[in-house]
Amino acid sequence: MLELRDIIAGYDRRTPVLRGVSLTLAPGEAVGLLGPSGCGKSTLARVAALLHRPDAGTVVLDGTPARGWRHRAPRAQRTAFGVLFQQPRLSADPRLRLADLIAEPLRATGRPAEVASRLDELAPLVGLGGDLLTRRPHEVSDGQLQRACLARALVLRPRWLICDEMTAMLDASTTAALVAVVETYRRETGAGVLAVGHDRTLLHRWCDRTVHWTDLAPAPANPGAA
Amino acid sequence: MTAADPAPAPLLTVRGLTVRFRMPRGRSVAAVTDAAFDLAPGSCLVLVGESGCGKSVLASALLGLLPGNAEATGTARLTDRHGSTDLLTAPEAELARTVRGRRIGLIPQSPAAHLTPVRTVRSQLEETVRELTGTPRGTALRAAAVRTAARAAFPADHLDRYPHQLSGGLAQRAATALALAGDAPLLLADEPTTGLDRELVDRTTDELRRHTRAGHALLMITHDLAAAERIADRVAVMYAGRIVELADARRFFGTPGPRHPYARALLDALPDRAFTPLPGMPPELGALPPGCAFAARCDRATPACATPPALRDGVACHHPVPPDRETDHARTA
Ligand SMILES: Nc1ncnc2c1ncn2[C@@H]1O[C@H](COP(=O)(O)OP(=O)(O)O)[C@@H](O)[C@H]1O
Ligand code: SF4
Ligand SMILES: [Mg+2]
Repeated sequence: MLELRDIIAGYDRRTPVLRGVSLTLAPGEAVGLLGPSGCGKSTLARVAALLHRPDAGTVVLDGTPARGWRHRAPRAQRTAFGVLFQQPRLSADPRLRLADLIAEPLRATGRPAEVASRLDELAPLVGLGGDLLTRRPHEVSDGQLQRACLARALVLRPRWLICDEMTAMLDASTTAALVAVVETYRRETGAGVLAVGHDRTLLHRWCDRTVHWTDLAPAPANPGAA
Repeated sequence: MTAADPAPAPLLTVRGLTVRFRMPRGRSVAAVTDAAFDLAPGSCLVLVGESGCGKSVLASALLGLLPGNAEATGTARLTDRHGSTDLLTAPEAELARTVRGRRIGLIPQSPAAHLTPVRTVRSQLEETVRELTGTPRGTALRAAAVRTAARAAFPADHLDRYPHQLSGGLAQRAATALALAGDAPLLLADEPTTGLDRELVDRTTDELRRHTRAGHALLMITHDLAAAERIADRVAVMYAGRIVELADARRFFGTPGPRHPYARALLDALPDRAFTPLPGMPPELGALPPGCAFAARCDRATPACATPPALRDGVACHHPVPPDRETDHARTA
């Protein structure tokens, strides 16, 4: 289980973006989180993936409360997550060839021996054939780069996938292709998926259940109360 | 040919538009090949296609904004009350002084780069309105700027912000407001709804639609088929640098649906349709196959497809889906 309990988080303690948000994700489940842009969905996604430290509240990962965030999170917890963002260009090191981009988490966790075999498995899965793996980000399209970012998110076989507007910049075919890869992975591994976005049609089609942003937080009757 | 068009004289006539990028070692990238279409005042043509298929290059060619290694051939004639100009051969001085902003308004793909960083949105809007419509400084100018911002759903309480203080969606709306301000006869919008959520996509497309109905012509580029359906009178589908289908929007999105196999497959990828991706990926524009560029992914391909198909009756395909046939996926559904 991935449990977020009464999360208060943001960028300024006096005006938090998340004011007491709770959400639970079961293994093997795909949950869609809908909300308008700027409402705090991405902040929530980052808290869930242990990338943003909340001001209050707890994140519980398979029974163990998270105690560290970002690079201070214990490796076992950090590597339980695969994360995808809307803009692949902002999250991809422009100097790395796509092959090295995908393999980066393996090298960072001291498993370089697995690089070749994982690349052989993942490249066809996400549809990166030919010489694409030898190119750098500026030599490929947004769609191709997002395919590489998806392979990178899967390379450590995460138990949880957090997809923040993963397809917002992509055409219909690339969107359908990437969602199909995520869904195959979910079916085969029993991973849980949190898909954040504002495209209701897409999230309804993709996920087991969708929740709306406004259903997560306590009613803002007393917005000052934390 | 679309029978429904009352056919006012076209504002923009594009014929044989071809753009090549010269690359190192004598290579060349065929970004746009032989594009042809007309655009009349009061109507909206939406150009759709996968990313990298050449949509933005086509737009840059019309604006005279191609990079130095590009070569454009063909014609793109803009005819309005200011005269008649071939956008591909007009000198840069003329394009800069009388075309961009005045005769062609642009909503760019990366709005942040289009806004002046050291000036507030309000001051940029007021200056644009003043320069392009001749409204003198004063209360009328202030009001006009506020009105234009509202049309693009740009919040009035953010008018005094600088571009770096805006989110991507707000920068997009500021750029839209600037483009509307000039009241140019032709508006060119390259992915004007990127980064906006669905509600704002709808508001923006509706405003652009109103703008078009008021007598402007709109060429909109987008990968968002839902936005395209909402606004388009006609749809041009681009694949590997070529327009492979040019169709009436209602027939394209409704019945009988697209006739080109690629266009059909693209619609079938939508989450409210079959949600099935196309197999494979588009070919590299630097290494196109000799025949139909879609052949490797096409389930209708035959040996005839080794010769490139020309655009005939709005579709470039040797074996288009007959106009009266039911949708392909109905068989398997
Ligand atoms: N300055 C350039 N030099 C070489 N190739 C370019 C240049 N600009 C764009 N291209 C290529 O032209 C093709 C079409 O790009 P673009 O029009 O941006 O696609 P779209 O707008 O449809 O996503 C792509 O293959 C791209 O790599
Ligand atoms: S010309 Fe042939 S390969 Fe190309 S789209 Fe038509 S049937 Fe398919
Ligand atoms: Mg583009």
